[in-house]
Amino acid sequence: MIQLQNVTLTFPDGENRITAVDNATLRGNNGTVTGITGPSGSGKSSILAVAATLLRPDSGGVLIGNGSDMTDAAQLSKHEATQLRRERIGIVFQQSNLLPALTAREQLQVMARLGGGTSRNKRAKIDARVDELLDAVGLTEHAGKRTHQLSGGQRQRVAIARGLVHEPEVLLVDEPTSALDQERGAKIMELISRLTHERDTATLLVTHDLAHRDTLDDLVTVLDGRITTPVAGRALTR
Amino acid sequence: MRERKGIIVFVAWRELRFARGRFLLIGAVVALITLLVGFLSGLTGGLAAQNISSVLQLPGDRLVLQQPESSDPSYATSSLDENTVTAWEQADGVESVTPIGIVQSRASASDTDDPTGVALYGLPQHAPGTQSNPLFDLAPVRDDEVGVSTGAADDLGVETGDTISITGTDFTVSVVGDDLWYSHTPVIVLTPEAWSEASKRVGGTGEATVLAVTADADWEAIGAATGTVAETTLASLTALEAFRSEIGSLGLMITMLFGISALVVGAFFTVWTMQRAGDMAVLKALGATTGSLVRDSLGQASIVLIAGIGVGLAAVIGLGTLAGQALPFIISPITTLAPVVVMAVLGLAGAAFALRSVTKADPLTALGSNR
Repeated sequence: MIQLQNVTLTFPDGENRITAVDNATLRGNNGTVTGITGPSGSGKSSILAVAATLLRPDSGGVLIGNGSDMTDAAQLSKHEATQLRRERIGIVFQQSNLLPALTAREQLQVMARLGGGTSRNKRAKIDARVDELLDAVGLTEHAGKRTHQLSGGQRQRVAIARGLVHEPEVLLVDEPTSALDQERGAKIMELISRLTHERDTATLLVTHDLAHRDTLDDLVTVLDGRITTPVAGRALTR
Repeated sequence: MRERKGIIVFVAWRELRFARGRFLLIGAVVALITLLVGFLSGLTGGLAAQNISSVLQLPGDRLVLQQPESSDPSYATSSLDENTVTAWEQADGVESVTPIGIVQSRASASDTDDPTGVALYGLPQHAPGTQSNPLFDLAPVRDDEVGVSTGAADDLGVETGDTISITGTDFTVSVVGDDLWYSHTPVIVLTPEAWSEASKRVGGTGEATVLAVTADADWEAIGAATGTVAETTLASLTALEAFRSEIGSLGLMITMLFGISALVVGAFFTVWTMQRAGDMAVLKALGATTGSLVRDSLGQASIVLIAGIGVGLAAVIGLGTLAGQALPFIISPITTLAPVVVMAVLGLAGAAFALRSVTKADPLTALGSNR
């Protein structure tokens, strides 16, 4: 589960500050895909950046975990936040952001080696999940291909598998269909939905494209940094 | 639980394979610079040996040369009369004084008219601190004998028992010893008396040119009182004009090559890591620590440097072995490993300059600019 509680984020603008996120509260439950939509510049990606611990909010909390194993990511040091991303958060970027030198399989294997001090056991566990995830996203036969040998949809599927290979509690997805046509976009959204449900992941998904809204479990709208209306009626805004 | 710095071998190796053309290019540049530095070092070592290998064998705590009034001391012009030698012998704290004569002349085998440039040393058979000394091992017993270094024997085509002519006087070769040189001429050793006569015949004074002194004395005071200067063996080498000018210019070239090496490697890795900045941001966003990425970058640079330097070193040894037959070229740890270590350190320093792109890569940029 991930819960943003009264999060406010501002950026400097000359002598003043611009409010990017204004007292936002949002909850993403396990096994659900929560869509975050809104016009360009509304602050939806800033919310995702705060959830990903890439931006520290001016105020408010970012709770990640379940029950007694709950962490307020907004209070973590830079080093602790990096460790949190490495172990408990998966990120799928707008562009697939795959490393050009690595094959599809290696894009997933690198997740076991990010810490520079990852234990052999953990590495072995992640390595064992690589083939299973490549199979889950339908890329087993493309596992040995490098980025430039994959299509846009295949790259995004590798990115999704990379985001899940370390079994994160939270998956953060930024505009996953923006570079894809309708048909491929729909397949990617279905894939994210299926994997979220299968793996009981709390997924926050930023999108401005509501053509695939039926794959979302919850949907909230962001306007001028505020979470305004729950479009699907199931989103939690408090 | 065992931990490993996994990302170094994982990403760095794969990038090396993926961009092998670029890395082969920079590796080749490193190898070429190593070849140049190594070759110059070997040549410098060889030239230095041809200049000073005999001087380095002189005994004593200090070597005393004449201090001219208006110029620097010089092995070529130094002349120390009897009074000066006596003053040093009688100075407080002086344990031993060995007068030595050095002069450059020509010699020829008795059956030819083909003279060879040689350095004539006048040495006593025994002097304090000269046990197992290859220079003093050449010192003859009789005034009509000479000890000949390997280089001189080769140039003259003589061996023990043969006769050679020096400044019109014939000498019998009593021994052929080590390969010792002075200012690019091979060494021949005479008795002090025979040397003094030879010195006079080539326009010299016949007096000693350098004193090898063992003492616990006030060197400056004695030097000032006697019009001389007492230097350690290494410091005295600046009084060899040929050595000073050669080593100065070659040393400058080597230093410049080291600088160029650091610049080239640094420039390459700066551009390379700037190109990787986007990937670094993504890896940071996914949870990579800055430390692991720095180790990855430096590890990558190390692999390229070690490979390039290794190839260059192999070429230096191979070509140096061939060149050593025609040129004064020395292959030794100080002419090969020392420059190689300096190259590696400077190359890594150059690569370290490029790390700013890694440490400053902002993981937020991986999310894109629309927020």
